[in-house]
Amino acid sequence: MIRPSLLRSGALLTTLAAAALAQTPAPTVESKIAALEAAVKSAQTSGDNAWVLVSSALVLMMTGPGLALFYGGLVRKKNVLSVFMQCVILMGLVSVLWAVFGYSLAFGEGSPFIGDLRYFLLHGVGADPMPDYAATIPHQTFAIFQMMFAIITPALICGAFAERMKFSAMLLFMTLWLCLVYLPMAHMVWGNGGLLNYFLKGSIPCLDFAGGTVVHITSGVSALVCALYMGKRIGYPTEPMKPHSLTLATVGACLLWVGWFGFNAGSALGAGSLASAAFLTTHLAAAAATLSWTAAEWLKHGKPTVLGAISGCVAGLVCITPAAGFVTPVSALIMGLLVGVVCFVMVAIVKNMFGYDDALDAFGVHGIGGTLGAILTGVFADKGVNSLLNLDKGNAAQVMNQAIGVAIAWGLAIVGTIIILKIVDVVIGVRVSRDEEVDGLDLSQHGEDGYSYES
Amino acid sequence: MKKIEAIIQPFKLEEVKEALKTIGVDGMTISEVRGHGRQKGHKEVYRGQEYQVDLLPKVKLEMVIPASRLDEVTATIVKAARTGKIGDGKIFVFDVVEAIRIRNDDRSDTAL
Repeated sequence: MIRPSLLRSGALLTTLAAAALAQTPAPTVESKIAALEAAVKSAQTSGDNAWVLVSSALVLMMTGPGLALFYGGLVRKKNVLSVFMQCVILMGLVSVLWAVFGYSLAFGEGSPFIGDLRYFLLHGVGADPMPDYAATIPHQTFAIFQMMFAIITPALICGAFAERMKFSAMLLFMTLWLCLVYLPMAHMVWGNGGLLNYFLKGSIPCLDFAGGTVVHITSGVSALVCALYMGKRIGYPTEPMKPHSLTLATVGACLLWVGWFGFNAGSALGAGSLASAAFLTTHLAAAAATLSWTAAEWLKHGKPTVLGAISGCVAGLVCITPAAGFVTPVSALIMGLLVGVVCFVMVAIVKNMFGYDDALDAFGVHGIGGTLGAILTGVFADKGVNSLLNLDKGNAAQVMNQAIGVAIAWGLAIVGTIIILKIVDVVIGVRVSRDEEVDGLDLSQHGEDGYSYES
Repeated sequence: MKKIEAIIQPFKLEEVKEALKTIGVDGMTISEVRGHGRQKGHKEVYRGQEYQVDLLPKVKLEMVIPASRLDEVTATIVKAARTGKIGDGKIFVFDVVEAIRIRNDDRSDTAL
């Protein structure tokens, strides 16, 4: 039963609305469609932008506190702060370098090997999308997202020279490494006109969804070069150097796992179904590798260790990174199972055979896991998963392209890192003194103590 | 006065503390220590790297008591801390020359 007063006011409103309509000319069909298109575009931009911004934050969280806790827990107590500091200072250093020239050299359209300086000081990187890279999000969002990758990549190398590198030397090393190794590799694989860019006119089209070659091979192989160049820690391998807190390391690894959804699913650069596909493959590969590393270790050493489980999860995440948006969930499971066993054999058996001191196994996990992932991406990539692909599973030519991409990444990392280490060694000296190393880097480099319970 | 230093298994600490409390000993200092005697350590494996861990976690109790109570107190600790296995720990007894309560300058047994 409607009250008469309501009825009256309803009638009044209708009269007013009719009067308003009569005063403005009726909109044309064209203008209605244009308005609708603009509304749809803006809605998609909002959705995609929200996901990529959240992903950017997740990727930053991988470095701090994710990687800081993971690596920090694995070193000895006297060096825990030095590892945290390396991660945190890279969040500062790389961000600034990225804004000044890093983004431009990686993503400006220059030569096939390195970008130009068109985006110097982020000039021209604004609200409008850059359609070649990501048509539905502001160019700024793309630059932010890529910045977080540039931060974590050098941070991964810290695992190899942990517990013995001079802090000042590390700053110079990282600055040069970003310029000579990361930026060229990122440009070649992802930059407009890059040599290896699959989607933007690269002459050797190599697939790398979220950074198998750009992030994990470059950092992992450089880590091996650092470990060989710097030599072993004093006392390695006769003195026990067991992780001082597997508790911290486990928390860190779990944060890495969560952050990796931003890394891989965020690399869809939108919030559509490709992000879901990449999310699922990422998770399944991590899960499978957690199981396979644990199982391999259980069989070999008689006990399933926590360190084995978290190492397996990271190895799985590394391996699926280049493939996340290109392969099926079943392929992801296979990749995870494989990489867990391969990386376990690398760090637990092969490393001891060669005797190099890759303190936290940056090479064994990222170098080897990244290489395996990059090759397997060529094996398993499938246009049924990603419509932008032009190939089916098991395409031999693509496997070959992947191998060339891997070889270039290895070569660049080896040559670049050797040159940089030589320069840093001459200018500053890469390694701390014997006394400083024995005292621990927390005290000798930073004058602090990670666990001061007195205060 | 006697000082007792007892190195015991960490998981026996509560039992020993309770037993001492029931016989009226309530002052003690406890520290977490590591060491080994005849007890063998164990093996730990980190990413294939094997470590023999010889120094095992123990708890050290220190207390100073009137000499007259020595036998009673040591017997209480032994009874509460014993499992019968290697690694139960040891008790050391020392003579104490003087004890001073900082708050009011009490001396000897009164200070305990």
